[in-house]
Amino acid sequence: MSDTTTGGGRDSALLLFAWKAVKLAATVALTFLGLLVVTFLIGRVVPVDPVLAVVGDRASKSVYDRVFLELGLDKPLYEQFWIYLQKVLTGDFGQSFLTKRDIVDDIRRVFPATLELATVAILIGTLFGIPMGVWAAVRQGRLADQLVRVFGLIGYSAPIFWLGLLGLLVFYARLQWVAGPGRIDIAYEYAITPKTGLLLLDSAMQGQWEAFRNIFSHIILPAALLGYFSMAYISRMTRSFMLNELAQEYVTTARVKGVPEWRIIWVHALRNAAVPLVTVVALSYANLLEGSVLTETVFAWPGLGQYLTNSLQNADMNAVLGGTLVIGAIFVGLNLLSDLLYTLLDPRVRRGR
Amino acid sequence: MTAMTRREWLLSDRPASRRQARAGQAYRTWLTFRTNWLAMVGLGIVLALILVAIFANVIAPYDPVLGGDLRTARFLPPMTGDHLLGTDDLSRDIFSRIVHGSRLTLMVVVLVAVIATPIGLLVGTTAGYFGGWTDTILMRITDIFLAFPRLILALAFVAALGPGIENAIIAIAITSWPPYARLARAETLTIRDSDYINAARLQGASSARILWGHVTPLCLSSVIIRVTLDMAGIILTAAGLGFLGLGAQPPQPEWGAMIASGRRFLIDQWWVATMPGIAIFIVSLGFNLLGDGLRDVLDPKARK
Repeated sequence: MSDTTTGGGRDSALLLFAWKAVKLAATVALTFLGLLVVTFLIGRVVPVDPVLAVVGDRASKSVYDRVFLELGLDKPLYEQFWIYLQKVLTGDFGQSFLTKRDIVDDIRRVFPATLELATVAILIGTLFGIPMGVWAAVRQGRLADQLVRVFGLIGYSAPIFWLGLLGLLVFYARLQWVAGPGRIDIAYEYAITPKTGLLLLDSAMQGQWEAFRNIFSHIILPAALLGYFSMAYISRMTRSFMLNELAQEYVTTARVKGVPEWRIIWVHALRNAAVPLVTVVALSYANLLEGSVLTETVFAWPGLGQYLTNSLQNADMNAVLGGTLVIGAIFVGLNLLSDLLYTLLDPRVRRGR
Repeated sequence: MTAMTRREWLLSDRPASRRQARAGQAYRTWLTFRTNWLAMVGLGIVLALILVAIFANVIAPYDPVLGGDLRTARFLPPMTGDHLLGTDDLSRDIFSRIVHGSRLTLMVVVLVAVIATPIGLLVGTTAGYFGGWTDTILMRITDIFLAFPRLILALAFVAALGPGIENAIIAIAITSWPPYARLARAETLTIRDSDYINAARLQGASSARILWGHVTPLCLSSVIIRVTLDMAGIILTAAGLGFLGLGAQPPQPEWGAMIASGRRFLIDQWWVATMPGIAIFIVSLGFNLLGDGLRDVLDPKARK
């Protein structure tokens, strides 16, 4: 790629970006198709008879046969997949046997709770994780470095559902610092009108500060726990990026020029480390979806994770596969986003070097 | 030539046989590994887990499944009599259950490693060695599996296969192999055009023989490090499945399921849910420390 003139450089950069976007879109489409194949095949091997799940086990033979045909189970597998594909693409995941509602509606209803939890968690993880990683890199090999490492290792090693139970035991039952399971106390539940579905935002916009306090004291413990796990990852990656930057020559130059050390660390080096860090934060955000399944179960948090486990325990396969698919799609989307952000933010990648 | 001590024989600059060279290499690795005390702690924990699992019958003072007297021995707090960690709602000794549970944990880790590693190696080396369409198709499939968060995919598989520890192991193995395939492919790409591979090919060795005899051994060390680093995650996933009631079923003394059953008594009898969690934490910390140490020793590129 030639960039002899600035104009040509920008053109080629745009072209490269567009080409990359097209290629990524194709990859994502293919991956998503793969997700559908996997969920479809999982749905086929279930020992639960899908017809019995609809009609119940006391239905007569004729009713059973009619539903069998309605569900298209007599058609060959590839044709069934084609029907499944068309349905999913038009936003039809079928009905939940448990709630008797469309799964898309169910997911739309529970999703804001998970989004709110994950967002507060990633804020906590980033706000604490990055300074910790910087601190560890600056003090490499010394006590602070070891402390951050051990703190991170604990995060990697402890089962999140167990930490959640301990947190409830200590901070809710014994110390009574925070509110218990659930998103909000019943007393406040009807005080706020849901607009965005994000209760913190809704209550703040409507000036319901008492309800806001209540919601905050509900969310802080599960969010801090989830945030701890992303903090462990973010601080580890920040440390390694910062070590990389601090060994560069521009840092030595800055030191020789007499730039104050805090400025070198927090302005010069961190700004360069920030580009790969964006990717890391986006990936942690995606990983929070996984942690949220167990956390939501422990904290009775009415989000996507709890919906998924509830459906699992009741063998509600449509809901399980719908939820799995949505989570997979979000995961793919966030990965794509982090990739694109990387291209946009790093001038070296943009120039195609 | 004077007689050498064993140490001199191992550290010799001019090994006389292939066996001596290999033993010397392993010994040098061990010497480096030994200086990393955190890794040694990890190794100690893992060895302790194996010993406890083998001698569970001897160590555990009580039966893991049959409880004691329901009128007098329920919910005894830790350190009552000879119940080191107390008893649960069915008067079972928690310490004995944890000791027996180590067998389940070890079984999960070993079986997942035994199933997932060969799949990953096979897919990765095949894709890397043949390239072209084989590579594209195999890596697409790998990417699809990587596109799901692991626990979620394992959940969906267990939902399809039905709960139980065997199905949990299969589900975790199915979701574990893709990173190994990626790694093995990358390693294969760097060696597939080297002279010794070409030499083997010119001698008429079949592709299968080259893959199995010449490519796979070179991919092994990096894949094994990765598997060790993943073991903690495997333990946590298995415990998570157990906690959700989809893994091991009661009365099996699986640690995650034990936490789930102790959850109901959390506020008043905190030890029932807390103790198994400590066991999970220690074991997965051990695997993490060991994996970190192995990576530092065997993979100098990753050391920072």
